[in-house]
Amino acid sequence: MSFLELKDLRIHFPTDDGLVKSVDGLSFSLERGKTLGIVGESGSGKSVTSLGILGLHKGGRARISGEIWLDGEELVSASAEHVRTLRGKKMAMIFQDPLSSMHPFYTVGQQIVEAYRIHNDVSKKVARKHAIDLLGRVGIPQPDRRVDSYPHEFSGGMRQRAMIAMALSCDPELLIADEPTTALDVTVQAQILDLMRDLQRDFNAALIIITHDLGVVAELSDDILVMYGGKCIEYGTTEDIFERPEHPYTWGLLGSMPRLDREPTERLLPIKGSPPSLINVPSGCAFHPRCAFEDRTEGRAKTEVPELLETEGGHLVRCHMPRDLRRAIWENEIKPNLEAAS
Amino acid sequence: MTAPLDVSGTELQAAPEAVVEGAGGAKAIQGRSLGQIAWMRLKRDKVAMAGAIFVIFLILVAIFAPVITGLLGHPPNEFHQDMINPETMGPKASWGGINKDFLFGVEPVNGRDLFSRVVYGARISLLIAFFATMLSVVIGTVLGVVAGYFGGWTDMIISRAMDVFLAFPLLVFAIALAGVIPDKAFGLEGDTLRIVLLVFIIGFFSWPYIGRIIRGQTLSLREREFVDAARSLGARGPYILFREILPNLVAPILIYSTLLIPTNVLFEAALSFLGVGIRPPTATWGGMLSDAVHFYTVPHFMFFPGMAIFLTVLAFNLFGDGLRDALDPRSSR
Repeated sequence: MSFLELKDLRIHFPTDDGLVKSVDGLSFSLERGKTLGIVGESGSGKSVTSLGILGLHKGGRARISGEIWLDGEELVSASAEHVRTLRGKKMAMIFQDPLSSMHPFYTVGQQIVEAYRIHNDVSKKVARKHAIDLLGRVGIPQPDRRVDSYPHEFSGGMRQRAMIAMALSCDPELLIADEPTTALDVTVQAQILDLMRDLQRDFNAALIIITHDLGVVAELSDDILVMYGGKCIEYGTTEDIFERPEHPYTWGLLGSMPRLDREPTERLLPIKGSPPSLINVPSGCAFHPRCAFEDRTEGRAKTEVPELLETEGGHLVRCHMPRDLRRAIWENEIKPNLEAAS
Repeated sequence: MTAPLDVSGTELQAAPEAVVEGAGGAKAIQGRSLGQIAWMRLKRDKVAMAGAIFVIFLILVAIFAPVITGLLGHPPNEFHQDMINPETMGPKASWGGINKDFLFGVEPVNGRDLFSRVVYGARISLLIAFFATMLSVVIGTVLGVVAGYFGGWTDMIISRAMDVFLAFPLLVFAIALAGVIPDKAFGLEGDTLRIVLLVFIIGFFSWPYIGRIIRGQTLSLREREFVDAARSLGARGPYILFREILPNLVAPILIYSTLLIPTNVLFEAALSFLGVGIRPPTATWGGMLSDAVHFYTVPHFMFFPGMAIFLTVLAFNLFGDGLRDALDPRSSR
């Protein structure tokens, strides 16, 4: 069994308007030292998935089913207290906005010290030394002085570095980064991504990167999972997704990604429509109202939910179109368009 | 919290580079905690500082009442019948008998030193207002945090209890209770008993005001990202409650305590005015006002205790408003 394995994970939220199926039957696995990128629009269930793995989906209301296996332990059926002891030590999370996820009243050092002391019975002095070490490791200059700074005295990039240091304080084996670079400007984004890649190598942790930015995962991920409406619609290696994508939604994502190797005059190709409401998920294939190729499924897209099927060598696609048709469309209609200007 | 928007903010923004450059320099820029920033802001607010100084002055007056009256007046319950005109029962001299011995003049009928009585009145007023506020803040904070943090049934029961307490006819209850309670009860007697009683009555019935505010704040704090971040690192419930949420509540607690004190000063004065508070001959501002009503021909008798209440309430309110501006700059302007 892999280090992390999700089997048919479902997280549903009952609301006054109906059942919100934020995550609906998600399965994947991840090994130590590997990186998985989870990509999707807002509301596709990416963040809920990561919170669900950590057991942080808002308690009483959510209904969670399926299995989450972390290093041989099942987490969905485990007690909340046991999952708590795993958080921080076994798995940790890097949040999107480092300013709002650091406590404004404590210095950066104090927060790392506290995080370290939750799981390690050491004196404050030892923990402080550890905090300074960590700050140095994530590339904060003069860590022995910056350790006593407050989060509001840090720049955005430094704050995200400090947040990473906090998440790494107890050597977690699974690190989940929820849009770690969204709140940062582009130059800092690249630095943070480099830092995460280096740290992952050092710590040999399994890394999940959640993002809506294909550029981020292109750089870091071994595998990519594309989510739509709470379901996985395409899964494959980074090469599969970028070179041989087979799902119309993935084509849409690639078409709407700004690329430096394209002419600036070239228009981006947005995906028409907006993400589906998770309460009233469209019948059949959730993507069919927005899909340009819906008419090529002989009407099945409107009525039948497509299965997630393997096309070849671990590359999974959830689409009604036959494999050869999908490949033909990619080769003949989509790829030439994407590469037209280059 | 956002970085401060005023002048100090620009200094803070500059801090990272400045530290690197000025490593060997003469003056390293110091990091400031939110408390220090709030203090700087408060110091610049002259009106609030005036309020604060008056509040401190009042507290000193209350504490050193015996010393002050010893130097500048007479014991508060000493009769000076020689100052009183037996015909009118008012002071013999004009201006209410104000002279260098009797700074605020004398009281009609018995001729007690009004200055001493106003000074001693500050003791009762502040004592009751402080302890009643403390009681309601403690109850309000504990129940508010519990309701906001745990939610669900706990929240519903506590919130309904708040509604019940707010709907309670407090004044009627206080008047009724004052009539029922004997002179000795709970091992206490006289003034001590009345003071404790008033503290409990006022404290018990004003906690929902602060309780509601704290509950609301806790509800929103609970969903903040830094709470999630602490959870994602394996923090326990009590840790989140005391280390993550409570420090963020210090500002609202402080602000509403300073704004609750004047309300309680007024309430105590009202009860004493109605004769259900502290009993004579102990000096209270409300009681003096109540007596003064019968002597409207001697306006100074009403003026000094009335002014004392007015200035106390004003000072606390000004200070409270300034404190709110300093601790929560987004709430105003």
